[in-house]
Amino acid sequence: MVLFRRYLSTLFLLLPLFCVGPAQAELTIRITQGEARGLPIAIVPFGTQVPVPEDVAGIITADLASSGRFAPLESTRFPGMPQTLDGVDFAQWRAAGAESLVIGQVLGTATGYNIEFRVLDVVSGQQILAFAAPANDRNLRLTAHRIADLIFEKLTGLKGAFATRIAYVLVQETAKGKRFTLQLADSDGANTVTLLSSPEPVLSPAWSPDGTRIAYASFEGRRSRVYIQELATGARRVVSAEEGINGAPAFSPDGSRLALTLSRDGDPEIYILSLTTGEYQRITRNPAIDTEAQWSADGRSLFFTSDRGGSPQIYRVAATGGEAQRITFEQGNYNARPVPSPDGSRLAMVTRVEGAYRIGLLELGGRRDFTVLSTAGLDESPTFAPNGQILMYATRGRGGSELATVSVDGRVRQRLNVPDGQVREPAWGPFLQ
Amino acid sequence: MMSRMHHLAPIVLLACGLAGCSTSPEKGAAAPIDDRAISSAEMDALDGARTEGVADPSRLQGGALDDPASPLAVRVFYFELDSSEVRADYRPSVEAHAAYLASNGGARVVIEGHADERGSREYNIALGERRALALRRQLVLLGASADQIRTVSYGEERPVETGSDEYSWERNRRAELIYEAPR
Repeated sequence: MVLFRRYLSTLFLLLPLFCVGPAQAELTIRITQGEARGLPIAIVPFGTQVPVPEDVAGIITADLASSGRFAPLESTRFPGMPQTLDGVDFAQWRAAGAESLVIGQVLGTATGYNIEFRVLDVVSGQQILAFAAPANDRNLRLTAHRIADLIFEKLTGLKGAFATRIAYVLVQETAKGKRFTLQLADSDGANTVTLLSSPEPVLSPAWSPDGTRIAYASFEGRRSRVYIQELATGARRVVSAEEGINGAPAFSPDGSRLALTLSRDGDPEIYILSLTTGEYQRITRNPAIDTEAQWSADGRSLFFTSDRGGSPQIYRVAATGGEAQRITFEQGNYNARPVPSPDGSRLAMVTRVEGAYRIGLLELGGRRDFTVLSTAGLDESPTFAPNGQILMYATRGRGGSELATVSVDGRVRQRLNVPDGQVREPAWGPFLQ
Repeated sequence: MMSRMHHLAPIVLLACGLAGCSTSPEKGAAAPIDDRAISSAEMDALDGARTEGVADPSRLQGGALDDPASPLAVRVFYFELDSSEVRADYRPSVEAHAAYLASNGGARVVIEGHADERGSREYNIALGERRALALRRQLVLLGASADQIRTVSYGEERPVETGSDEYSWERNRRAELIYEAPR
């Protein structure tokens, strides 16, 4: 309890510093495919004694529903609206079909709020989790996500990833032409902050493992460069401005190195740039295209896209260089942008299925099962939630590019879009530290 | 200087049209002019440093680069699907640009490589660059100097057509040759 409190206060002291630019064009989220087979849970609206600007229980409900592992009960099926333990009649909740019940209250304090909540096992009638979390207007949503994480972890045994952030590229038409911005938002699209605004394209945002920096490729000045930007201050530096392509940055798991694509030697090759010495190490040596390097979870090898075999396929090479091994064989003649899951057991990629570009998921162990998880025709840029349970990617909707999420079991789908812009290139950040 | 040239370019073209420009390049006097209309993004990039052009357009000499009938007028080279081969029918234009660059040692071009929207973005950057480099290689083989030509690939990031159909994809698989204002 004390630990939790201290953790939260340390975390939230950092928050105001994230605001580098003004928020604009908020992402809105909608569930396009729900899941009825998840754990039936009832999250009762939290009692309030003071005006509270956010619906805390609603945020928790949306988070848990998005995971595919929970099937939150409609509030119309609630037998009551208890806010404390003594208002709970377990027999009624059992009859309503709930297996777990979340109740709570948001109390006013001198500095903001104190959110008290309990998770109850309806079947046994036992309390399985109880916490109080301090919050204020600025971090109320994040605190709600943090509570959803605790509930998720307690009931599934898996770490929750709701209190995390995503970076993505927003493209808007303005009176002065196209505007490309690099945005930061909560994992549910709320609390947007602009990190970079440019009249030239921006792509390939990549998080540092500690979540403090983002690398990206930008075409400012009509040439490609790779930058690293500090989230706390907005300060950035050019880390690569070689002749030709500077792109596809990816931080090593220890944050000390950056894999990237350069074409300074005549064709796109994978390099590793030491962020401490500034030295480049060339990893691939092949006249074909080699690009889109991503580190394996243990940092010992790189997955990348190459067309050395005649069509784009996924390969793996030791981070020290050497012979590359082809990974994709039976998944069609277009596989690109490999992204390993955080535990290293799976590889997401862009795959072509009968002319449609979709997100594929390859099991790296044993049977090498391959699942095509997305359903549209121009899907790209997959990124895993840090707990490996959800994939986010860019797709097309009625208004143009938008973001989509799918649970790795394919059961729950969501769309995130902005009404007046194109969103793409999502990059899901690490667990908040 | 760069921004001034951009602004003056349309005026020069207009003046040429009225005066009936010569089709033969004036040796040594031909000023390589970026004759694209300035894009709104570029306007944006100028960031308030915008000026209105009131200079005497006669001070800028229009050359073969401005003649719509010259093979030099071809500045956009389209590519087949999954191909970075410069099409054979562009040969006269490629030869003309190479000859122009060879005889105007101070001329500088940027070749922008582009891809259609399908598939992965960074892979498309690589495909666009392959197209830009293929065009550059031909220009160099035909006499241009390598250091006259800079390449940049935008992949699918700068489409000219925004549709998701065969026509748009064909128009977006391209390399654009852009003459830079002299420094």
